[in-house]
Amino acid sequence: MSKKELNVSALQNGTVIDHIAQGQVERVLYILNLSNYDDQIYLGANLDSKKYGKKGIIKVANKFFEPEEINKIALVSPTASIIEIRNYEVAKKENVQITDEIKGFVKCVNPNCITNHENVPTWFDVTNKKEIVLKCRYCEKNTTKTNIEFI
Amino acid sequence: MKGKSLISINDYSKDEMLRILDIAEGFEKQPRQPILSDKVVSTLFFEPSTRTRLSFESAANHLGARVIGFTDAASSSTKKGESLKDTILTVACYSDIIIMRHPLAGSARWASEVSSVPVINAGDGANQHPTQCLLDLYSIRKTQGKLDKLNIAFVGDLKYGRTVHSLTIAMCNFDTTFHLISPDELKLPSYVKQHIKDKSLEYHQYRTIEEAIDKVDILYMTRVQRERFADPIEYESVKNSYILTKNQLKGCKENLKVLHPLPRVNEISENVDNTPQAYYFQQAQNGVYVRQALLATILGATK
Repeated sequence: MSKKELNVSALQNGTVIDHIAQGQVERVLYILNLSNYDDQIYLGANLDSKKYGKKGIIKVANKFFEPEEINKIALVSPTASIIEIRNYEVAKKENVQITDEIKGFVKCVNPNCITNHENVPTWFDVTNKKEIVLKCRYCEKNTTKTNIEFI
Repeated sequence: MKGKSLISINDYSKDEMLRILDIAEGFEKQPRQPILSDKVVSTLFFEPSTRTRLSFESAANHLGARVIGFTDAASSSTKKGESLKDTILTVACYSDIIIMRHPLAGSARWASEVSSVPVINAGDGANQHPTQCLLDLYSIRKTQGKLDKLNIAFVGDLKYGRTVHSLTIAMCNFDTTFHLISPDELKLPSYVKQHIKDKSLEYHQYRTIEEAIDKVDILYMTRVQRERFADPIEYESVKNSYILTKNQLKGCKENLKVLHPLPRVNEISENVDNTPQAYYFQQAQNGVYVRQALLATILGATK
């Protein structure tokens, strides 16, 4: 009996998000707002990785991201790399980077913060990029990797 | 500092803090100076704080300014559902500066971002109360003649007390030795201790006032509240350790002063009030001079 294999075709044009930290594929989809995307998306989770043990991967056809959009995922998966494919060729390959400021898409952990009560966009200074510590510009409390929630 | 909001004590550099204290000294010598007679100051108190509001209003009146405002959210249109942003945008049309107190952390920073006039934070939830911190610094400098190389004890609730956190961070600029006296449940949070460690300053932790009383120049009292304890028996067993009595001042340094942000409930016995160490009411008086200095500086009326 021949072994059946799913045929995942190479992207002609689009973006590959590789080396996603284990367990974070769903969150990355959410952060990049891909749940309503209507072109092809390939997902892989718990794949073997020489570098990280296990990894996730997302391939999005015919979609390219702005740096500020793609860098959001650094908060949940700082190891991720972004590969842009144009006409089957790798046009660009980059690691995600945590920006100095985070605006608008992370919820402040402090329930008494003004951003959780009025229509105030959240705004954080990243005070520790390695541990991921976000200091709220408003209430001055820290939101960290362990309690981070996306809006 | 002219035209600049004061939201957090971290907004001011060491030099800026000292500059405000110097200007406040001038107002202590001569409190009545009608230099803001052409200004309107608004005091927006979304939660009541009689002491802070009266102190600001007294400061504004001493400078000849007119004061408008409200004393709690129930008498403002917040009750009708108006957003903080809309309230601030409107009040900024009526006044030259806004002083605000609000129950939510970060509200004052948000207000300063939307307001066309400067904002002074008079307390935003559990976050910041920078004018309290400046008046504490003023009181320390006035009673000790300096801010450098002092031994400061904080007593009571060091975990939740924002005045303790702000003052600790501010005093880290001045080569301070800290004496932290609290029950285990209410120790100073690690992020505040980190400021002390970052400056390589000395700190000691104790459970009772007696252990530190002979070492310190300033004894800063705060209230230990029953509701902070998960176990009421624990509260009952420690509560009397954090009530200062006249007897406990035996053996203290001659220059020791007792400070308290007020209001006091029972954490300082009334028999302390007449000792030379009691300074908490003068501390409240100093608050008026410091707030005069801030209003005059931010509104550009100082030389």
